Amino acid sequence: MQRRWMDVVILIVGLVWIGLSVDRSGSATAGRIPAPQAGFLAPAWELPAQDGGTIALADWRGQAVIVNFWASWCGPCRLEMPAFQRVYEEYGDRGLTILAVNATWQDSRRAMQSFVEEHGLTFPVALDEEGRVSRLYRVSALPTTFFIGPDGVISKVVIGGPLAEATLRTEVERLLQEVR
Amino acid sequence: MFPVIQVGPLAIQAAGLFVIVAVYVGVMLSSRRADQAGVKAETLENLIVSGLMGFLAGGRVLFALQHWSSFRASPLDLLSPNPALFDVAGGMGIGALTVLIFGRRKGLALWPTLDALTPFLATLMVGVGLAHLADGSAFGRETTLPWGIELHGAVRHPSQVYEVATALFILWWVGLRRAAGPAGMRFLNFVVWTAGAWLFLEAFRGDSTLILGGIRLEQVVAWAVLALGLAGRGSIIGRKDDGERQEESRR
Repeated sequence: MQRRWMDVVILIVGLVWIGLSVDRSGSATAGRIPAPQAGFLAPAWELPAQDGGTIALADWRGQAVIVNFWASWCGPCRLEMPAFQRVYEEYGDRGLTILAVNATWQDSRRAMQSFVEEHGLTFPVALDEEGRVSRLYRVSALPTTFFIGPDGVISKVVIGGPLAEATLRTEVERLLQEVR
Repeated sequence: MFPVIQVGPLAIQAAGLFVIVAVYVGVMLSSRRADQAGVKAETLENLIVSGLMGFLAGGRVLFALQHWSSFRASPLDLLSPNPALFDVAGGMGIGALTVLIFGRRKGLALWPTLDALTPFLATLMVGVGLAHLADGSAFGRETTLPWGIELHGAVRHPSQVYEVATALFILWWVGLRRAAGPAGMRFLNFVVWTAGAWLFLEAFRGDSTLILGGIRLEQVVAWAVLALGLAGRGSIIGRKDDGERQEESRR
């Protein structure tokens, strides 16, 4: 009997704790803080484009964005890039943008250029010449892919590869629902 | 945070590695203590393996069924090792169902088997906590306390450290000490302690799902699990007391 009362007390204390833990300010402040982590605002960056000019992440706010860090010597990057191109061709006109950030500080311009031509990439390729954006996004392995919603919040981070095409399509379709 | 462990040219996902190691250690701990619960170690190992197979296959198949259009262009991705293509909740359901069917076929008694599985489950919780620590997920809310850590652009509660420390304590306190009491008590104590810890620690998380003006949904779920665990424990103790009273009156 005493034990049952103890259980009731535990449950009441639990309810009180739930009440005390109520977060009126919104504990999920993550979406307002820039950090390279799912649930956080994607840190802003601007880099030179492979074909001249500059590419800024902020220019694509309101669209579904995939930021893929890659290098020409990276085997998994080579394997997954055709899937990125296919997905871009299929969803590009429905609000998807792919920004391929080449780790140029670990790569050579010539190798990067021939990689782009070999794979017939039509989406924007940015050149991270000093590794600034790779550090900002704490890229510890190549490839690393960030899926970003139209509100600029990172929905998923995939470290390593090659990424399965089904993963790409699933995430893109989910993000495009937010765009609509 | 250390999401990737670089071994030469190989980039190993630290979170996945911790979970795999926890599964291995958990199976070892559970099978060593299986005899105490009256279950054969080999049968228990087979039970866990069948549950894991059910979890992996079920999680992937359910995910594919929900996103079939994504697999149409590349059906071979059904076999991809990519963990993103996985329905965790569905996988857990199928895994539990597989364990139930396997247990029935082998004629395993429910409560002793759950008791024998407890060290495995408690070790798995430690592994999940370490996985959170490795990949920076399940992060804490902002704090000004001196032990706050700089993470994801703010000083936060080290919620993953709280999680690992609590899981280690529960593993030792409930999972590894010699069990006393009727069958099912070890497992239900694990449920009660884990749900209680979850209910308490969720208050320090920065990624809770907020409902009805700021109530943390995860705490509500943890409270419900805690209530079920306490009710189960009460029922087992009640039955034991009734049995003892009947025994006494017969004398």
